[in-house]
Amino acid sequence: MFEALQFPFAWRALAAAILGGGACGIVGVWVILMRIPFVGVALSHAAFAGAVFGLLLGINPLFSAVVACVTSSLLIGPIAERSDLEPNISIGIIFSIVLGLAFLGIGLMRGPRTGALRFIWGNILLVSPADIIVMIVMTAVVLGFLFMFFNQIQAVLFNREIARATGIPEKALFIAMLVLCGLTVTANLNTIGGLLIFSLIVNPPSAAYQLTYRLKTMYLLSGLFGIGSCLVGLLISYLTDAPSGAVIIITSSIVFGFALVFSPKRRRLKLKKG
Amino acid sequence: MNQGVQRRNAVRIQHVSVTYYEHIALRDVSLEFLQGDFVGIIGPNGAGKTTLLTVINGLGKIRAGSVEILGGKATSRNLKRLRRSIGYVPQHINIDPRSPINCFEAVMIGRIGKIGLFHRPDNKDFEIAEQMMELTRIGHLRNRPVGQISGGESQKVNLARALTQEPEILLLDEPFANLDPQAVRELSRLVLEAYERFKLTIVMVTHQLEHLPEICNRVVMMKDTRIVFNGARNEALTPQRIKRLFDNV
Repeated sequence: MFEALQFPFAWRALAAAILGGGACGIVGVWVILMRIPFVGVALSHAAFAGAVFGLLLGINPLFSAVVACVTSSLLIGPIAERSDLEPNISIGIIFSIVLGLAFLGIGLMRGPRTGALRFIWGNILLVSPADIIVMIVMTAVVLGFLFMFFNQIQAVLFNREIARATGIPEKALFIAMLVLCGLTVTANLNTIGGLLIFSLIVNPPSAAYQLTYRLKTMYLLSGLFGIGSCLVGLLISYLTDAPSGAVIIITSSIVFGFALVFSPKRRRLKLKKG
Repeated sequence: MNQGVQRRNAVRIQHVSVTYYEHIALRDVSLEFLQGDFVGIIGPNGAGKTTLLTVINGLGKIRAGSVEILGGKATSRNLKRLRRSIGYVPQHINIDPRSPINCFEAVMIGRIGKIGLFHRPDNKDFEIAEQMMELTRIGHLRNRPVGQISGGESQKVNLARALTQEPEILLLDEPFANLDPQAVRELSRLVLEAYERFKLTIVMVTHQLEHLPEICNRVVMMKDTRIVFNGARNEALTPQRIKRLFDNV
């Protein structure tokens, strides 16, 4: 194991695990508390569709993935508001559109499609220095936003109508959170992959939700679970030669399973009912 | 009620209509409340009472007409600023019992809105939130998860949050719904205490006449999305008017 650390790719993989796991863990808290878990899957497919069309048109796929992801994030709110639908339904509509576009893009590709398929599965061992820079910037933006607007975000997560009634610009904050979620997904497209990143956004915060009544602790635990899942998954993947993305996701699911079984909240709620 | 003192308008609503798709929720409503008024809005379910409250705090989208709050016309530009002067206690909020927010944090939300987006709460803000929790007798619930308190306690948290905004106008939407008589008495006493101590203008929606406190000086009766009476309490609560209001519902 340790001999691998003499190679730069191993250090980059470790950095990607820490940055990607931490950022997904934090934006995942917003996704879980706003009860829009499907947003991860919709935005990751938007990023994937963007990357596919980038490859088709000869544009940097990361750039086109960012454009597709941000556009999709910006559309979720207005569609929900215009149609008076639940955000989850407007997320479903976005998902169906980007899924259609992604398949269309793949269908239009000539020759081998490995360039596109790597955005579905990702590979943390093939992360480039440029990917790491993008992930550092993205993680810093997410953390900066969280530190700057912690109280306002807490109000929006508690109840959007109450936040709006007290004069908090909840709509702008809601959209900003969706956009940051989309950008985090895009930044991790190369490492975890579009299909699997959804689990990394949902599992760590869901595990943290089982363990604490404090929002700050939930952020911390979720970030640590995300990082831990990535590092342990990376280690198992290295030792067993299994696909890294898949092992990372299975690890995060096991973390959730443990949190569910040992949740003090469940014991407390049972006692209250009893 | 500050009688004998020149009072300015707290709320002025002119020819306001609200629609939700094909459904009309409020039809050509005009009203004025003065600062210091305690207004009771009564009427059967579906009369448009809650919609009227949302017109005042800008949560509802008006189709026609205009609204003035504390002397200034409410527009999309100044709505957020105006909302900071309007406390709002909604009818009922569903909160997950496992929600990671405690009662103090829930009360502090009122302060977070008040201080603005780019400001952090300071000691004064925390003190105000503590004071309002003491005033509403929920100091002992400070660290309790907000999803794990009773209905009466939850309404006290909502009231404390609204008061933490240091509002000039307080909107109460069926604050006593689903509460037992003891909880209704307690909450009613707290509302009156806040009204007198902070010289508030209160607009309270209810469909139960016994919930209107004695101090309520104005009554607005609503039926079928329209105002059918607007005047003094003693003129409003006659058996004939009440019968007409709730008949054929």
